[in-house]
Amino acid sequence: MSRFLLPLTIFAVVVGFLAVGLTLNPREIPSPLVGKAAPDFSLPQLHEQDKVFSPKDLAGQVWLLNFWASWCSGCKTEHPVLMQIANSGAVPIYGMDYKDQRDEALTWLNRWGNPYPIVGVDLVGRVGIDYGVYGVPETYVIDKQGVIRYKQIGPVTEEALAKTILPLVKELQAQ
Amino acid sequence: MIWLALMMLLSGPAWAEEARPLGDDPVVEARLKTLAVELRCLVCQNQTLADSNAPLAEDLRREVRAMIVKNMSDQEIIEFLVSRYGDFVLYRPPLKLTTTVLWVGPFVLLAVGAIALVVALKRRGQKVADAAITEEEHRRVEQLLSEGVKRS
Repeated sequence: MSRFLLPLTIFAVVVGFLAVGLTLNPREIPSPLVGKAAPDFSLPQLHEQDKVFSPKDLAGQVWLLNFWASWCSGCKTEHPVLMQIANSGAVPIYGMDYKDQRDEALTWLNRWGNPYPIVGVDLVGRVGIDYGVYGVPETYVIDKQGVIRYKQIGPVTEEALAKTILPLVKELQAQ
Repeated sequence: MIWLALMMLLSGPAWAEEARPLGDDPVVEARLKTLAVELRCLVCQNQTLADSNAPLAEDLRREVRAMIVKNMSDQEIIEFLVSRYGDFVLYRPPLKLTTTVLWVGPFVLLAVGAIALVVALKRRGQKVADAAITEEEHRRVEQLLSEGVKRS
Protein backbone atom coordinates (compact mmCIF):
# COMPACT_ATOMS: atom_id res chain seq x y z
CA MET A 1 0.00 0.00 0.00
CA SER A 2 2.78 2.40 0.94
CA ARG A 3 4.34 2.10 -2.53
CA PHE A 4 1.24 3.84 -3.96
CA LEU A 5 1.38 6.62 -1.42
CA LEU A 6 4.04 8.71 -3.15
CA PRO A 7 2.56 8.63 -6.69
CA LEU A 8 -0.87 9.34 -5.21
CA THR A 9 0.45 12.34 -3.29
CA ILE A 10 2.15 13.73 -6.41
CA PHE A 11 -1.06 13.15 -8.38
CA ALA A 12 -3.10 14.99 -5.74
CA VAL A 13 -0.70 17.95 -5.76
CA VAL A 14 -0.83 18.19 -9.58
CA VAL A 15 -4.64 17.97 -9.53
CA GLY A 16 -4.69 20.72 -6.88
CA PHE A 17 -2.57 23.04 -9.04
CA LEU A 18 -4.68 22.35 -12.13
CA ALA A 19 -7.93 22.89 -10.20
CA VAL A 20 -6.75 26.30 -9.00
CA GLY A 21 -5.57 27.10 -12.53
CA LEU A 22 -9.03 26.36 -13.92
CA THR A 23 -10.64 28.97 -11.66
CA LEU A 24 -8.25 31.71 -12.81
CA ASN A 25 -9.04 33.89 -15.80
CA PRO A 26 -5.93 34.30 -17.97
CA ARG A 27 -7.51 37.39 -19.57
CA GLU A 28 -7.29 39.24 -16.27
CA ILE A 29 -3.86 40.75 -16.04
CA PRO A 30 -3.32 42.67 -12.80
CA SER A 31 -2.81 46.35 -13.58
CA PRO A 32 0.35 48.02 -12.28
CA LEU A 33 -1.61 51.30 -12.30
CA VAL A 34 -3.74 50.48 -9.24
CA GLY A 35 -2.47 52.72 -6.45
CA LYS A 36 -0.91 55.16 -8.91
CA ALA A 37 -2.18 58.53 -10.11
CA ALA A 38 -4.63 58.29 -13.00
CA PRO A 39 -2.78 59.40 -16.15
CA ASP A 40 -3.76 62.90 -17.21
CA PHE A 41 -5.33 63.62 -20.58
CA SER A 42 -7.25 66.30 -22.34
CA LEU A 43 -9.64 65.03 -25.00
CA PRO A 44 -12.60 66.44 -26.90
CA GLN A 45 -16.05 65.52 -25.63
CA LEU A 46 -18.35 63.30 -27.64
CA HIS A 47 -21.46 65.43 -27.44
CA GLU A 48 -19.93 68.89 -27.46
CA GLN A 49 -16.85 68.51 -29.58
CA ASP A 50 -15.44 71.95 -28.84
CA LYS A 51 -15.37 71.20 -25.11
CA VAL A 52 -12.57 69.32 -23.39
CA PHE A 53 -12.77 66.40 -20.98
CA SER A 54 -9.94 66.11 -18.47
CA PRO A 55 -9.61 64.18 -15.18
CA LYS A 56 -8.35 67.41 -13.55
CA ASP A 57 -11.92 68.74 -13.66
CA LEU A 58 -13.03 65.83 -11.47
CA ALA A 59 -10.52 66.27 -8.63
CA GLY A 60 -12.09 66.07 -5.17
CA GLN A 61 -14.67 63.45 -6.05
CA VAL A 62 -14.78 59.70 -6.46
CA TRP A 63 -15.62 58.70 -10.02
CA LEU A 64 -15.56 55.82 -12.46
CA LEU A 65 -13.89 55.94 -15.84
CA ASN A 66 -15.41 53.47 -18.26
CA PHE A 67 -13.69 52.65 -21.55
CA TRP A 68 -16.30 51.52 -24.06
CA ALA A 69 -17.13 51.53 -27.76
CA SER A 70 -20.20 51.03 -29.89
CA TRP A 71 -18.47 48.08 -31.63
CA CYS A 72 -17.82 46.26 -28.36
CA SER A 73 -20.25 43.51 -27.38
CA GLY A 74 -19.12 43.35 -23.75
CA CYS A 75 -20.11 47.00 -23.43
CA LYS A 76 -23.68 46.09 -24.32
CA THR A 77 -23.57 43.37 -21.66
CA GLU A 78 -22.52 45.74 -18.90
CA HIS A 79 -24.68 48.63 -20.08
CA PRO A 80 -27.75 47.85 -17.89
CA VAL A 81 -25.48 47.74 -14.84
CA LEU A 82 -23.99 51.11 -15.73
CA MET A 83 -27.50 52.56 -16.19
CA GLN A 84 -28.39 51.19 -12.77
CA ILE A 85 -25.38 52.96 -11.18
CA ALA A 86 -26.19 56.19 -13.01
CA ASN A 87 -29.84 56.11 -11.93
CA SER A 88 -28.96 55.35 -8.31
CA GLY A 89 -26.57 58.32 -8.23
CA ALA A 90 -24.10 56.31 -6.13
CA VAL A 91 -21.11 57.41 -8.17
CA PRO A 92 -20.70 59.27 -11.48
CA ILE A 93 -19.45 57.21 -14.45
CA TYR A 94 -17.51 59.11 -17.06
CA GLY A 95 -17.22 57.45 -20.44
CA MET A 96 -14.28 57.10 -22.77
CA ASP A 97 -15.30 56.28 -26.31
CA TYR A 98 -12.40 54.07 -27.35
CA LYS A 99 -11.39 53.87 -31.04
CA ASP A 100 -14.90 54.45 -32.24
CA GLN A 101 -16.79 56.46 -34.83
CA ARG A 102 -18.62 59.49 -33.53
CA ASP A 103 -21.97 58.97 -35.26
CA GLU A 104 -22.06 55.29 -34.29
CA ALA A 105 -21.22 56.11 -30.67
CA LEU A 106 -24.00 58.73 -30.55
CA THR A 107 -26.50 56.33 -32.13
CA TRP A 108 -25.54 53.64 -29.62
CA LEU A 109 -26.08 55.99 -26.65
CA ASN A 110 -29.39 57.25 -28.06
CA ARG A 111 -30.60 53.71 -28.58
CA TRP A 112 -29.58 52.13 -25.27
CA GLY A 113 -29.40 55.15 -22.98
CA ASN A 114 -26.55 57.32 -21.78
CA PRO A 115 -25.21 56.64 -18.26
CA TYR A 116 -22.39 59.18 -18.63
CA PRO A 117 -22.46 62.89 -17.66
CA ILE A 118 -19.52 63.41 -20.04
CA VAL A 119 -17.95 61.13 -22.66
CA GLY A 120 -14.40 61.74 -23.87
CA VAL A 121 -13.28 60.65 -27.31
CA ASP A 122 -10.11 58.54 -27.56
CA LEU A 123 -10.06 58.23 -31.32
CA VAL A 124 -6.65 56.56 -31.76
CA GLY A 125 -6.54 54.75 -28.41
CA ARG A 126 -3.54 56.73 -27.12
CA VAL A 127 -5.14 57.49 -23.73
CA GLY A 128 -6.17 53.83 -23.63
CA ILE A 129 -2.48 52.88 -23.81
CA ASP A 130 -1.69 55.26 -20.91
CA TYR A 131 -4.36 53.51 -18.85
CA GLY A 132 -3.13 50.07 -19.86
CA VAL A 133 -6.38 49.23 -21.65
CA TYR A 134 -6.06 46.02 -23.64
CA GLY A 135 -9.70 45.31 -24.37
CA VAL A 136 -12.92 47.22 -23.82
CA PRO A 137 -14.86 47.41 -21.61
CA GLU A 138 -12.53 48.32 -18.76
CA THR A 139 -13.55 50.44 -15.80
CA TYR A 140 -11.40 52.34 -13.30
CA VAL A 141 -12.35 53.56 -9.84
CA ILE A 142 -10.58 56.87 -9.20
CA ASP A 143 -10.49 58.50 -5.76
CA LYS A 144 -10.65 62.15 -4.63
CA GLN A 145 -6.89 62.58 -5.01
CA GLY A 146 -7.02 61.24 -8.57
CA VAL A 147 -5.49 57.87 -7.71
CA ILE A 148 -6.67 54.69 -9.44
CA ARG A 149 -7.98 52.36 -6.74
CA TYR A 150 -9.43 49.51 -8.75
CA LYS A 151 -9.61 48.24 -12.31
CA GLN A 152 -12.47 46.12 -13.58
CA ILE A 153 -11.36 44.12 -16.61
CA GLY A 154 -14.27 43.16 -18.82
CA PRO A 155 -17.92 43.99 -18.20
CA VAL A 156 -19.01 45.40 -14.83
CA THR A 157 -21.17 42.58 -13.48
CA GLU A 158 -23.88 42.88 -10.82
CA GLU A 159 -21.62 40.80 -8.59
CA ALA A 160 -18.51 42.95 -9.09
CA LEU A 161 -20.61 46.04 -8.51
CA ALA A 162 -22.19 44.84 -5.26
CA LYS A 163 -19.17 43.06 -3.80
CA THR A 164 -16.26 45.21 -4.91
CA ILE A 165 -17.01 48.49 -6.62
CA LEU A 166 -19.80 49.99 -4.48
CA PRO A 167 -18.18 49.12 -1.10
CA LEU A 168 -14.90 50.60 -2.35
CA VAL A 169 -16.66 53.73 -3.64
CA LYS A 170 -18.42 54.22 -0.27
CA GLU A 171 -15.14 53.80 1.58
CA LEU A 172 -13.37 56.29 -0.70
CA GLN A 173 -16.21 58.81 -0.50
CA ALA A 174 -16.05 58.73 3.31
CA GLN A 175 -12.35 59.64 3.30
CA MET B 1 -3.92 32.16 -71.23
CA ILE B 2 -0.21 32.57 -71.86
CA TRP B 3 -0.60 36.32 -71.86
CA LEU B 4 -2.45 36.18 -68.58
CA ALA B 5 0.29 34.05 -67.02
CA LEU B 6 2.94 36.45 -68.33
CA MET B 7 1.09 39.44 -66.94
CA MET B 8 0.80 37.80 -63.55
CA LEU B 9 4.49 36.99 -63.59
CA LEU B 10 5.39 40.56 -64.48
CA SER B 11 3.12 42.13 -61.90
CA GLY B 12 4.52 39.92 -59.11
CA PRO B 13 7.43 42.19 -58.16
CA ALA B 14 5.11 45.21 -58.25
CA TRP B 15 2.92 43.66 -55.53
CA ALA B 16 5.94 43.01 -53.35
CA GLU B 17 6.83 46.68 -53.69
CA GLU B 18 3.39 47.77 -52.51
CA ALA B 19 3.37 45.43 -49.52
CA ARG B 20 6.37 47.16 -47.95
CA PRO B 21 5.50 49.49 -45.02
CA LEU B 22 5.12 53.03 -46.26
CA GLY B 23 8.30 55.08 -46.18
CA ASP B 24 9.70 53.47 -43.05
CA ASP B 25 13.25 53.93 -41.89
CA PRO B 26 14.89 50.45 -42.06
CA VAL B 27 17.00 51.21 -38.96
CA VAL B 28 13.88 52.03 -36.94
CA GLU B 29 12.12 48.92 -38.27
CA ALA B 30 15.08 46.73 -37.32
CA ARG B 31 15.04 48.06 -33.74
CA LEU B 32 11.26 47.68 -33.58
CA LYS B 33 11.61 44.07 -34.67
CA THR B 34 14.21 43.17 -32.04
CA LEU B 35 12.10 44.86 -29.34
CA ALA B 36 8.76 43.48 -30.50
CA VAL B 37 9.81 39.81 -30.30
CA GLU B 38 10.56 40.34 -26.59
CA LEU B 39 7.14 41.84 -25.90
CA ARG B 40 3.86 40.02 -25.48
CA CYS B 41 0.64 40.99 -27.18
CA LEU B 42 -1.97 41.43 -24.45
CA VAL B 43 -4.90 40.45 -26.61
CA CYS B 44 -3.64 37.20 -28.10
CA GLN B 45 -1.45 36.29 -25.20
CA ASN B 46 0.73 33.66 -26.80
CA GLN B 47 1.88 35.90 -29.62
CA THR B 48 4.59 38.49 -29.55
CA LEU B 49 3.96 42.09 -30.42
CA ALA B 50 5.80 41.40 -33.68
CA ASP B 51 3.53 38.51 -34.71
CA SER B 52 0.14 39.76 -33.63
CA ASN B 53 -2.41 41.34 -35.94
CA ALA B 54 -4.61 42.55 -33.09
CA PRO B 55 -5.47 46.27 -33.31
CA LEU B 56 -3.87 46.89 -29.90
CA ALA B 57 -0.63 45.26 -31.07
CA GLU B 58 -0.68 47.56 -34.10
CA ASP B 59 -1.17 50.58 -31.82
CA LEU B 60 1.62 49.47 -29.52
CA ARG B 61 3.97 48.89 -32.45
CA ARG B 62 3.15 52.42 -33.61
CA GLU B 63 3.88 53.74 -30.07
CA VAL B 64 7.18 51.84 -29.89
CA ARG B 65 8.12 53.06 -33.37
CA ALA B 66 7.44 56.65 -32.29
CA MET B 67 9.60 56.19 -29.19
CA ILE B 68 12.44 54.75 -31.29
CA VAL B 69 12.24 57.78 -33.60
CA LYS B 70 12.44 59.96 -30.46
CA ASN B 71 15.73 58.15 -29.70
CA MET B 72 14.57 56.56 -26.46
CA SER B 73 16.65 53.65 -25.18
CA ASP B 74 15.31 50.07 -25.17
CA GLN B 75 15.21 50.27 -21.38
CA GLU B 76 13.02 53.39 -21.45
CA ILE B 77 10.66 51.86 -24.02
CA ILE B 78 10.27 48.66 -21.99
CA GLU B 79 9.67 50.71 -18.83
CA PHE B 80 6.96 52.67 -20.66
CA LEU B 81 5.11 49.45 -21.46
CA VAL B 82 5.70 47.74 -18.10
CA SER B 83 4.41 50.79 -16.20
CA ARG B 84 1.14 50.47 -18.14
CA TYR B 85 0.64 46.76 -18.65
CA GLY B 86 2.82 45.19 -15.97
CA ASP B 87 5.53 42.52 -16.23
CA PHE B 88 3.11 40.46 -18.29
CA VAL B 89 4.20 42.29 -21.48
CA LEU B 90 7.69 40.86 -21.06
CA TYR B 91 8.37 37.43 -22.49
CA ARG B 92 11.28 37.20 -20.05
CA PRO B 93 9.84 38.10 -16.66
CA PRO B 94 12.30 39.90 -14.33
CA LEU B 95 13.66 38.13 -11.25
CA LYS B 96 11.59 39.58 -8.39
CA LEU B 97 10.16 38.39 -5.11
CA THR B 98 6.88 37.50 -6.86
CA THR B 99 8.61 35.62 -9.66
CA THR B 100 11.09 33.59 -7.60
CA VAL B 101 8.95 30.45 -7.77
CA LEU B 102 8.85 30.82 -11.53
CA TRP B 103 12.59 31.15 -11.87
CA VAL B 104 13.83 28.89 -9.07
CA GLY B 105 10.99 26.32 -9.12
CA PRO B 106 12.25 24.20 -12.04
CA PHE B 107 15.74 23.95 -10.52
CA VAL B 108 14.28 22.97 -7.14
CA LEU B 109 12.20 20.26 -8.84
CA LEU B 110 15.27 19.07 -10.73
CA ALA B 111 17.29 18.86 -7.48
CA VAL B 112 14.46 16.99 -5.72
CA GLY B 113 14.27 14.55 -8.65
CA ALA B 114 18.05 14.01 -8.66
CA ILE B 115 18.13 13.38 -4.90
CA ALA B 116 15.20 10.95 -5.14
CA LEU B 117 16.95 9.10 -7.96
CA VAL B 118 20.24 8.78 -6.05
CA VAL B 119 18.43 7.59 -2.90
CA ALA B 120 16.36 5.06 -4.88
CA LEU B 121 19.44 3.67 -6.67
CA LYS B 122 21.38 3.33 -3.42
CA ARG B 123 18.53 1.48 -1.76
CA ARG B 124 18.18 -0.90 -4.67
CA GLY B 125 21.95 -1.60 -4.62
CA GLN B 126 21.75 -2.45 -0.92
CA LYS B 127 18.79 -4.80 -1.46
CA VAL B 128 20.66 -6.78 -4.16
CA ALA B 129 23.81 -7.06 -2.06
CA ASP B 130 21.86 -8.09 1.04
CA ALA B 131 20.10 -10.97 -0.68
CA ALA B 132 22.39 -13.77 0.52
CA ILE B 133 21.88 -17.28 -0.86
CA THR B 134 22.75 -20.64 0.58
CA GLU B 135 25.02 -23.30 -0.99
CA GLU B 136 21.93 -25.32 -1.89
CA GLU B 137 20.29 -22.45 -3.72
CA HIS B 138 23.53 -21.68 -5.53
CA ARG B 139 23.75 -25.22 -6.86
CA ARG B 140 20.13 -25.07 -8.01
CA VAL B 141 20.76 -21.84 -9.89
CA GLU B 142 23.78 -23.34 -11.62
CA GLN B 143 21.72 -26.37 -12.58
CA LEU B 144 18.86 -24.29 -13.99
CA LEU B 145 21.26 -22.13 -16.00
CA SER B 146 23.02 -25.14 -17.52
CA GLU B 147 19.67 -26.69 -18.43
CA GLY B 148 18.77 -23.46 -20.19
CA VAL B 149 21.97 -23.62 -22.28
CA LYS B 150 21.18 -27.23 -23.31
CA ARG B 151 17.65 -26.41 -24.30
CA SER B 152 18.66 -23.59 -26.58
